[in-house]
Amino acid sequence: MPDKPKVAFYWCSSCGGCEEAVVDLAEKILDVVAAVDIVFWPVALDFKKSDVEAMEDGSILASFVNGAIRTTEQEEMALLLRRKSKVLVAFGSCAHLGGIPALANLWDREAIFETAYRTTASTVNPEGIMPQVSTPHNGDVVTLPGFYNTVRALDQVTEVDYYIPGCAPTPNIIAGAVETLLSGDLPPAGTVLTPDIALCEECPRLESKPQELTIERFLRPHEVIADEGTCLLAQGLLCMGPATRSGCGHLCINGNMPCTGCFGPTSKVRDQGAKYLSAIASMLGFEDEAAIDRALDGIPDPIGTFYRYGLAGSLLRRRKMTPVDA
Amino acid sequence: MSEEMTTQEAWHQGSQGAKAAYARRRITVDPITRLEGHGKIDIFLDQAGEVERAYFQVPELRGFEKFAEGRPAEDMPQITSRICGVCPTAHHMAGTKTLDALYKVDPPPAAKKIRELVYSAFMAEDHLLHFYFLGGPDFVVGPEAPAAQRNILGVIATVGEEAGRQVIAMRRRLREIITMVGGKVIHPVLGLPGGVAKRVKAEEQAEIQKTAADAVEFARFTLDLFRKVVLANPGYVDLIVSDAFTHRTYYMGLMDEKNRPNFYDGQIRVVSPEGGEWAKFAPADYLDYVAEHVEPWSYVKFCYLKPFGWQGFTDGMESGIFSVAPLARLNAADAMSTPLAQEAFEEMYATLGGKPVHHTLANHWARVVEVLNAAERLKELADDPELIDPNVRTLPTETPREGVGVVEAPRGTLFHHYVTDSRGVIEKANLIVATQNNSARMAMSVEKAAKGLISKGVVSEGILNKVEMAFRAYDPCHACATHSLPGSMPLVVEVRGPAGEILSRLRRDSDGSLHRE
Amino acid sequence: MPEPMDKPAAPATADGWEPKIVAFFCNWCTYLAADLAGTSRMKYAPNTRVIRVMCSGRVDPQFVLEALAHGADGVLIGGCHPGDCHYQSGNYKALRRFRLLKRILLAFGIEDERIRLEWISAAEADKLRDVVNEMVAQVKALGPARLGIPPEDWAVGLEEEADEEVEGVTV
Repeated sequence: MPDKPKVAFYWCSSCGGCEEAVVDLAEKILDVVAAVDIVFWPVALDFKKSDVEAMEDGSILASFVNGAIRTTEQEEMALLLRRKSKVLVAFGSCAHLGGIPALANLWDREAIFETAYRTTASTVNPEGIMPQVSTPHNGDVVTLPGFYNTVRALDQVTEVDYYIPGCAPTPNIIAGAVETLLSGDLPPAGTVLTPDIALCEECPRLESKPQELTIERFLRPHEVIADEGTCLLAQGLLCMGPATRSGCGHLCINGNMPCTGCFGPTSKVRDQGAKYLSAIASMLGFEDEAAIDRALDGIPDPIGTFYRYGLAGSLLRRRKMTPVDA
Repeated sequence: MSEEMTTQEAWHQGSQGAKAAYARRRITVDPITRLEGHGKIDIFLDQAGEVERAYFQVPELRGFEKFAEGRPAEDMPQITSRICGVCPTAHHMAGTKTLDALYKVDPPPAAKKIRELVYSAFMAEDHLLHFYFLGGPDFVVGPEAPAAQRNILGVIATVGEEAGRQVIAMRRRLREIITMVGGKVIHPVLGLPGGVAKRVKAEEQAEIQKTAADAVEFARFTLDLFRKVVLANPGYVDLIVSDAFTHRTYYMGLMDEKNRPNFYDGQIRVVSPEGGEWAKFAPADYLDYVAEHVEPWSYVKFCYLKPFGWQGFTDGMESGIFSVAPLARLNAADAMSTPLAQEAFEEMYATLGGKPVHHTLANHWARVVEVLNAAERLKELADDPELIDPNVRTLPTETPREGVGVVEAPRGTLFHHYVTDSRGVIEKANLIVATQNNSARMAMSVEKAAKGLISKGVVSEGILNKVEMAFRAYDPCHACATHSLPGSMPLVVEVRGPAGEILSRLRRDSDGSLHRE
Repeated sequence: MPEPMDKPAAPATADGWEPKIVAFFCNWCTYLAADLAGTSRMKYAPNTRVIRVMCSGRVDPQFVLEALAHGADGVLIGGCHPGDCHYQSGNYKALRRFRLLKRILLAFGIEDERIRLEWISAAEADKLRDVVNEMVAQVKALGPARLGIPPEDWAVGLEEEADEEVEGVTV
């Protein structure tokens, strides 16, 4: 009886939503479980890091790692699983592009600690105690993992074979990706395992999106009651659909809210935020610089909106920490 | 940490030091599983082999309070939901209510009902997950049962396969409500200041009503199961009331005007270890009552009642340590808002000898009472004709400046506080996240359990599970189990003597078998 | 007649560092201006690497970011004056994109003077010279951009890890 292929799951700087996404496979997961041997999954199983270290290199068929790389411990685990696995899959937006935790790349460790441990309204810390990598205790030390200045996507730490995008990936995408990987007919390395077209093409509101879309005013979602059947971009809302891969089932649009870009860009785009900015700016209906600037004032946070999930994976990766301020 | 060293170097050095120290009197449980993110327990023994100190560490941080700065406030419900993918709806709702306060806008009645409907479905499914897959197996199957059975498989063996399938289906159907009304179930999108993004249609209401009615029945079944399996067993009851898992802290929860828990809205009530009301305040005043303390050995901050000042990891009337989540909510309440839950509430306190109950393991019982409450509330809202009213949003007109929003997450009171500029862009954010309120008590529980169970350097068989039980009762946030895989916690406990020799080693393998060497 | 300049306006830095400016010039206007400057033997700061595009509207914001990520200290975009675009409205697109890109670059911590958009017609070789000289001086004063370079503390220590034999690590 041949051994079942081994798979592993791990989470780095993540929220647990990707774990929930796997559980939401519901009945489908039983088919997956029947086909594979899960050898490591800290959220649910009792295997330890030393069990993984003891495995032969490359003996795990596929490791699915979610979460961004924020700490030294997460980096270690990512490198360990890379060694032990034939295939390493970046699972979810954080592993793919940095995700929402990568918004912290607009700051560094010192700034983050200063806020979290000193200046937040309810924190009482007059001595300025900060978490330490090592704390002495009677001649021993209690350790914490180190916190890097910059959040990285998984492929900025080690080589990644495939990407399953989304925040969180949807059950269909996950099931499809796992099937593909188990089929033995592997796509080219580096493939993002979801259709390589923009969300607009699968959106139920596509018909109401004009060929030539001109925007004269950008609206924020709380400034308008959006019509439930019309293209959101055509209504002046910043929908990332044009710059985002499809495959999610347009769930946010179903909720009558704009797409925020969690599936990342198509393969033809290197920097999702830059491409979206290009599209949006092109649609503006003004030629006069002052009028353009006034309209752009309707976008209060371009970097946080266009790079909500993709800051680590963008071309510039992080804000330059200099005295220059907005 | 030296200024000259890089992060990696410092961590490495600390790690080497820790490994050397490991040769001395030290027990490390790493990693803990079925915990909020990642967790680690470090237990130090003194010369006599007694537990000197136990550290419960949370080794991660992401910095939401910082990178919220510069974001439009209306993005916060979706950004903060990424704090937790198991309870995203809690953050989403806390953020949404903060937006209402920020813009001083009152949602139309239908919008509030839609929000509370989604929220009730969420509370019910999240609590069911914990009861059947995580904490529940400790009781339903039993702490003395073979480890290989202490998981959902064992639960199914106890309750029957049909019931087991119903658990999975019930949870799926409740989550489908959230998808239907909120767009996504993992990271919903419905929340906006002054209301929600879309209305509920009549055919959707019909489906929700069916699920809600079944949810009430399933909640009753669950309570019945708890009675039959847990309460009928004197051994379990002894465990619940044992001193190792008892702390006399203050208790906090969100209450309506009749001091009945309301997960979605209300005022914050705190009762003392003796049960009397210590304070009741509006969310906007939370800073007068709640403060956070920092320790260098953990990334999580520890909450306490501000007027007391930080007294350390102690309990009692003078300490200011409080707890949250199901038991705390029921302790802080005078009654429940729905009839079946009210009966269950009375039964629980009658059995456990009155209020307040200080036994941490009673959280499991309180959680089942809350499933019933959430399901009944879900049904009330589902049956409400106003649910499908098309008016679901009031557009804000005021200039935003500052707002506080509080909800009860499954794991406790959740505070969001935003300060913005006149355009509604965040200048400062403060987040006190449910489980955090319990972090001091959790640390105390782990230490107390370790002290109670480890003596003369001997590690007993029971420690492996009972240390787990000490923190799992709080339902720490990262609760995610599968339906069909064994759920044995990974633990190796090594006790070494002063010369580095191993005195005893206890190991539990993946198949649940225990080995003592 | 434009006055020739023998050397750049600003003094060299102590270590002799010179800014690298990537320039996207449109084929019909600015690129011809550069040609004219050349045939007129105008001298101006030699720090630009010129890339010819058919229209300033061809400049994808990704080009600008990629240039910066790969070590450019500044990016200059040159196009036809409003109303004169060979393709009618391409330069207006460039203007709109540029105005939004500027805001994002500021959020990335990139100083205003590093990215510039100018309308320079085929005859305006002198304007080209003045713009380039001014920009080089400003960027020189700002110093190297140092973007897209990994911060030091994530690379150091990987090779020194005694416990892990790390191979094939891409940083």
